[in-house]
Amino acid sequence: MTGSVEVVYRGIFQKHLGQHITRGIVLAARKEGKVGISFGRYGDSPERNGIPAKSFAVVADTAEELEAHLARYEPTNNDVTIAVDDTLCKGVESWAWYGLQPINRLTRAGGTVLVTSMQTADALLKDCHRKGAEWNLGVIPGIASFSGLWVYKDDHTDVRVLGAIAKVAPHVVKIESVEAAIRDEWKDELKVASARKAYDRVNLRRVRPDEGNPEKPYEFQLLKWQEMKEGLVIPGIPVKQEVPGWDGGYRPGRNPTFKKFTTRTMRPVVDFEICTKCTICWLQCPDSCFDVTPTGHYDANMEACCGCGVCEAVCPVKDCITMVNEQAFEDNSSQFAAYEKDPAAYKAWATEKIKDKASTARSHGFRYRGQYEDELAAAATGDDKTGD
Amino acid sequence: MSVATLATPAAEKEMLISGCAAIAQALRLASIDVVTAYPIRPYDTVMQAVAKLIANGEMDADYIVASSEHDQFEIVKHASAVGARVFCGSSGVGWMYAMEALAVTPALRLPLLALVGNRALDDPGAFGCEHNDALCVRDLGWMLTWVDTAQEALDTALICYRVAEDPRIFLPCAIGADGAFLTHSETLVKVPSQEQVDRFLPKYDRGDKQLHPDNPITVAPQANEDWVMEIRKQNDEAMRRARGVIQDTYADFQRVFGRHGDNPFVEEYLTEDADVILVGQGTLSLSVKVGVRKMRQQGHKVGFLRLKWFRPFPMPEVQGALARAKAVGVVDRDYSFGSPNHAGVLYNEVRSALYDLDQRPKVAGFICGLGGREVTLDNVTEMSEILLKTARTGRLEQPNYWIGVRG
Repeated sequence: MTGSVEVVYRGIFQKHLGQHITRGIVLAARKEGKVGISFGRYGDSPERNGIPAKSFAVVADTAEELEAHLARYEPTNNDVTIAVDDTLCKGVESWAWYGLQPINRLTRAGGTVLVTSMQTADALLKDCHRKGAEWNLGVIPGIASFSGLWVYKDDHTDVRVLGAIAKVAPHVVKIESVEAAIRDEWKDELKVASARKAYDRVNLRRVRPDEGNPEKPYEFQLLKWQEMKEGLVIPGIPVKQEVPGWDGGYRPGRNPTFKKFTTRTMRPVVDFEICTKCTICWLQCPDSCFDVTPTGHYDANMEACCGCGVCEAVCPVKDCITMVNEQAFEDNSSQFAAYEKDPAAYKAWATEKIKDKASTARSHGFRYRGQYEDELAAAATGDDKTGD
Repeated sequence: MSVATLATPAAEKEMLISGCAAIAQALRLASIDVVTAYPIRPYDTVMQAVAKLIANGEMDADYIVASSEHDQFEIVKHASAVGARVFCGSSGVGWMYAMEALAVTPALRLPLLALVGNRALDDPGAFGCEHNDALCVRDLGWMLTWVDTAQEALDTALICYRVAEDPRIFLPCAIGADGAFLTHSETLVKVPSQEQVDRFLPKYDRGDKQLHPDNPITVAPQANEDWVMEIRKQNDEAMRRARGVIQDTYADFQRVFGRHGDNPFVEEYLTEDADVILVGQGTLSLSVKVGVRKMRQQGHKVGFLRLKWFRPFPMPEVQGALARAKAVGVVDRDYSFGSPNHAGVLYNEVRSALYDLDQRPKVAGFICGLGGREVTLDNVTEMSEILLKTARTGRLEQPNYWIGVRG
């Protein structure tokens, strides 16, 4: 009997987290005499900041059973899917596959999606796409664990996820094996205790086939060799897109099949009342995500925004652009369209979104380069709480 | 300076020139746009000849002295992408130094023309002829042809431009020319008129694949496992189409110039009734043909098959010519250490081509003429006698022989 787990994570800053979890599964399964493999979704170094990426673990009773899963890029029928950042529940697009992949697409019918989140399962379910089959959704309470580029943030998320996997898929790995493997690998009883706690506390919500986000995710059909242009030639994307109803303004042409927005963990909320139309956000955005409206405002297009936060950093007007946790939003609709329709209602909406910033602010590679600044500052003042 | 102001003889003119100078004449007549140069013997005589033509006002092209062979090929690769007709060349380890640029070119479908002045690969530092340099690109999507006279070098260069630049093909093409024997010997060559060449060779038109601000395209993005196989298949199809385009092009060449009306792919020399046939490519054909005549005078039915094109490999011709023979000997001016029977590249290709025949001749491999060593009449006699004995006994004593090696 074989079992497989995929970990969906955000590139670079959760790479080691993903690897810790999948390695942990294989090492724990080994305690039961099983064999296994742990591997990342191979690509051309796809792990740019925030881009969805995956790690996998497959375990089997025998080497012969495991062979069917070797020399493959992705297991496609997983017992458990882990999302170590709840914004991934909106679906993932990467440089390794095409179109928007719902978080539960590679979860087998009857399988489980586990999410590390401060939200409830019901709230997360609004983001997860309908599966058309029964599945389970479990929450491991906690904020998304983002490490630094070179430094691993050991906040026990790895072992908590391992403990939860043991609960929802004991045929993949049992809690006793997880505990034994943690002792071997990390030699840390505190981590063992964290795994056991997660095991005891994880709750599952049964999800019906017709529950979840009803939207049909965008897809892309791979071309046949006869349909592809020869000479590795890709026609350019038109420079400008026409926008129905616009007189003036400018929306740049964008790739219709690679939208990139699932890279986003935060999005800019713009106060159009105080915007001075200085153009700096528009010029500095590395993804040309801003549409220039006919009124000369700059509207971040949510199909193209990667959430890097450059616009907030460069905007010279205080509180004009504020980055807000992506989880606070239900769709990708235009902020400027809402503002134009009803400025007062937009102002109330934006104030509401921005209000929670303190509690929902999250790590972001561009902004924090990892979450160890506090520790460094503490060490500099002699107030070092990070040591043993 | 525009081409129109250049002196254009109304008809063919006979000149006493080397193989490299003959190629330079072809480049002048093809009105190439960009040529890159980096010296290495024996290819470098072509770059000198082109420089002289430009300096004398007989030719107009951008002549770029590159900082290495790698740059040489990168520069023409990019020039070709923007629609320039280009030429460059190298020899031996110089060609190897360009290997990265050579490897990436076929998938980009850029119709470069290159001359490989065949030279032994160092070490030891040597400048005599071996074919291993050019053969290194044999699997990559380069078309490869070998010439054995200066006349054929000139004519083949014109033919190669037309084949390579055919939109159905768009593949790079290399001409193998044996160092010293062809590159550095002057023989009488008929140099066609501009008017003739203009009738034969259309302008290079890259169409919607041309890099130009008015045609915004991306060329050669990264591709994962979902795309590469389809891209390789496209190259495979282009190389398959090359055979028909080569045939049509030779037929047109014959109409305009009155030469090369015979088979474009191979030269059959006294093979029709031959009991045994030697196979080879490049200038060794000259002494082998003399040797074959000598054997014929002694009453032995020996023939010779010269491959003119190596990629695409002329399967029907090789099968057709060799099926009738009792024994075949493949003369390799190259080596493929550790390959089947420890023989040469050509041997293994020819032998593989014969596998599907119902009745297969015995095939011997002859490693001969390495490092530019002459292929002598005695060598030809020795090889012929091995084959004749094989034909008589029906048994090949050993699969591979080193001919002319001391020891």
